[in-house]
Amino acid sequence: MTQEATLRQLTEGKYKYGFVTEVETDQVPKGLSEEVIRAISEKKGEPGWMLDWRLKAYRHWLGLGMVEPTWPNVRYPRIDYQDIVYYSAPKPKKKLGSMDEVDPELKMAFEKLGIPLAEQQRLAGVAVDAIFDSVSVGTTFREKLAEKGIIFCSFSEAVKNHPDLVKKYLGSVVPYTDNFFATLNSAVFSDGSFAYIPKGVRCPMELSTYFRINAQDTGQFERTLIVADEGAYVSYLEGCTAPVRDTNQLHAAVVELVALPGAQIKYSTVQNWYPGDADGKGGIYNFVTKRGKALERSKISWTQVETGSAITWKYPSCILQGDDSVGEFYSVALTNNRQQADTGTKMIHVGKRTRSTIISKGISAGRGQNTYRGLVKVLKGAEGARNYSQCDSLLIGDRCGAHTFPYIEVKNPTAQVEHEATTSKIGEDQLFYCRQRGIAEEDAVSMIVNGFARQVLKELPMEFAVEAQKLLGMSLEGSVG
Amino acid sequence: MRKGTYTMLSIQGLKAKVADRDILHGLDLEVRAGEVHAIMGPNGSGKSTLAGVLAGRETYAVTAGKVTFEGEDLLALAPEKRAAKGIFLAFQYPVEIPGVGNMYFLRTAFNALRRARGEEELDAMDFLALARERMKLVKMDPSFANRSVNEGFSGGEKKRNEILQMAVLEPKLAILDEVDSGLDIDALRVVADGVNALRSAERAMIVVTHYQRLLDYIRPDHVHVMANGRIVTSGGPELALELEKRGYGWIEKEPPARPAAAEARP
Repeated sequence: MTQEATLRQLTEGKYKYGFVTEVETDQVPKGLSEEVIRAISEKKGEPGWMLDWRLKAYRHWLGLGMVEPTWPNVRYPRIDYQDIVYYSAPKPKKKLGSMDEVDPELKMAFEKLGIPLAEQQRLAGVAVDAIFDSVSVGTTFREKLAEKGIIFCSFSEAVKNHPDLVKKYLGSVVPYTDNFFATLNSAVFSDGSFAYIPKGVRCPMELSTYFRINAQDTGQFERTLIVADEGAYVSYLEGCTAPVRDTNQLHAAVVELVALPGAQIKYSTVQNWYPGDADGKGGIYNFVTKRGKALERSKISWTQVETGSAITWKYPSCILQGDDSVGEFYSVALTNNRQQADTGTKMIHVGKRTRSTIISKGISAGRGQNTYRGLVKVLKGAEGARNYSQCDSLLIGDRCGAHTFPYIEVKNPTAQVEHEATTSKIGEDQLFYCRQRGIAEEDAVSMIVNGFARQVLKELPMEFAVEAQKLLGMSLEGSVG
Repeated sequence: MRKGTYTMLSIQGLKAKVADRDILHGLDLEVRAGEVHAIMGPNGSGKSTLAGVLAGRETYAVTAGKVTFEGEDLLALAPEKRAAKGIFLAFQYPVEIPGVGNMYFLRTAFNALRRARGEEELDAMDFLALARERMKLVKMDPSFANRSVNEGFSGGEKKRNEILQMAVLEPKLAILDEVDSGLDIDALRVVADGVNALRSAERAMIVVTHYQRLLDYIRPDHVHVMANGRIVTSGGPELALELEKRGYGWIEKEPPARPAAAEARP
C-alpha cells in the first residue's frame, strides 16, 4: 500500500463497525416493570428460581430510586430508564439445531465483524459464543470442548442445562445488591456466556464471546459467569461493537469469575463499542461490573483495551480471598473526541501473602477525559500482602484531560504497597524524529501510543494483540495535525 | 572517487526564524554529490537551525529564500517526503520512544521509505539480516536491537544509533548535527569510522560541528564558517585548522571580504 493510501485509510476510516443488520426482532415494550421482567424470563423459558432472583433484584433496584451513583468523574444527561427496550432478539427462523441453521443475515453480520461462525472458516483455536442484542446466536467448538468436560455455552442454556452450577455461583462474587447497574443487570439480564472448566483441566483453546448491539433504543445487559475448578486454567476473551446511532445506548453487564484453589483465569477484553461522533453525539454508555474471586493459590488476571464507548465506567476487580492468591490488572484506556472513561480496578487482599499488580495506561486525545480510579485494600488478616501499581497517562494535544484517583487502605502492617504514576505528552520532538525517518504523522502517533501501551498489549493473546494495536491507531484518527 | 558530478542541494538567500526571532539571515550553499561539507561556527550562529530547516522541522519558519534538492523545491515538502527523497538528519539530541523496539522502529522507517519510492518492502527476517550487518559498522551490540528506541542509551550509544539508522536508510544527503557532542575519543572514532564507511560518490554529507576535532576523523572537502545566520567564510580543510588556532572571535570581528558561495568551489 502506498503512503497516500495508508493515510487515506487512516483519515477516512472512522468507526468501521457502524453498520446495521436488518433482521426481524422480537422485543418487549419499552420500559421496566415486573411485567417486563416476567416477560423476559418467560421468553427464555426460565425456571422459577431464576425469575425469583430477578424480581428480588428488581425490588432492590426500585429502592435505589432510579438514581445512579454520581461519584464517577463523568458527565452525561440523566438516563430515562423507562425509555429503554430491555429485551430484543432476532426472530429465529426455526429452532436452532446446529450452527449451520443460524440465520444467514446474522452469520453475515458476524462475518463482517471478522467473526466467522460457519463450520469451515472458524477461527482456529478459538471457541466463540456470538451474542446479538439480547441473545446468543451460536457457540462454536462446543463438542470439542465437551470431550474434556468443559462447558461453554450461552447463559440461558446454562440456566436450563446446568442449574446446579449456576445456582451455586450466580451472584456469589457480584451479589444483586452490589451496585446500581449490577442490580439493574440482575433484574433484566438477557444472555451472556457461561464457562465451567473441570478440576485439573487446562482449556485447550481460547474461549471468546463476541457482543454485538444492533437494535435501536435497546440496552444490552449480558451476564458472564466463568468458573475454573481446582487447578484448572482458562483464557477468555471478549470483544464488542455496535452500529453508529445518534442516540446513546446503555450497556450494563456483569462478569463474575470464580477461581477455585490453584486455578487460573485470564480474562481479556477488547472493548470497541461505538464511541459517538466527533461532537459527542451518540455512543454507548458502558457501565460494567466485573469481579473475580480467587481462592488459595489461584490467579485472576484482567487485561482490558478500552477504546470505544461514549462513557466507560468499569473496575475489573479481584477479591484475593485465598492465601497465596494473585490478582493482576492490565489496562489501556483510550479516549478521543468527547469520550469519557472512569476506569481502574479494586484489589481486595483478604488472604495471607496475596499479591496484586496493577498496570494502567491512560491515553487522552481530542477533548477526551480519562480517569484512573483504583483501590488497593489490605485487610487485617492479609499478612505479607504485596501490591505494585503503576499508572501512566499520555496526553495528545492540549484539550484533553488525565486524572488519577488511587485509594489505598492498609490494615495490616506487614503489607507492602507501591504506587508509581507518570503523565507525559506526545512531543513535537518525538513526532518530528519519526517523520524525519520517513514515517507519516498518523503512523508515528500510532507507533508512539502502541509503545506506551506495550506493557499491557503483550498480556493479550497473540492474535488479539495485533487487532488491539490496529484499533489503538484507528481510534486516534484525526487527533493530530 | 569521482566527486561533484552534479549539484544535489542548492540553498539561496535562505532566511528563517524561530517564534519571533530571526536566526538565518540569507544563507547560500551548494552541495554536489559525493562532497562532504563541514559547517562550523560559534554557538547561536544558526548551524542547528540550518539542519532543522533542511529536514523540515516545523518550529522553524522560512521567511525568504529557496532550497532545491535534486532540482525539486525542498521547502514545499513535509518532513517524511523529504526523507523519502533521501534526506537524513542525525539528531544532536536523539529522541527516546519508550516501548517501541529499536529494530521495529528502524524497519518501519525503512519500509515507509521503500513504499514512498514504490519499492518492495523487506520482511522482518531479511531486514534483520541487513540491520545486523550494518550494526557491525558502528560496533553496536546486538542487544540494542530489542531495546526501546534510545531509551536508557548513553550519549555515545545514542549517536551510534543515529549512524546505524543512516547506514540502514542509506540517504543521498546526510546532515549530521553535532554528531560529536558529548562523545569521548573512542566513541568519536567509532562514529567517525561509521560515517567514513558511508562516504560515496553518490552521497553528500553536511557535517555540523562546533569543534575542529571531529574533522580530524571525518575529513571534509569544504569547510564553511557561520556567524549570525550567514556563511561568512568558506575554504578547504585548512580553514578548520585555522579556526582551531584562532577561535571564532576573528571571524565575527573581521568577516573576510570574499563571498562565501563563490569560494566554496575549489
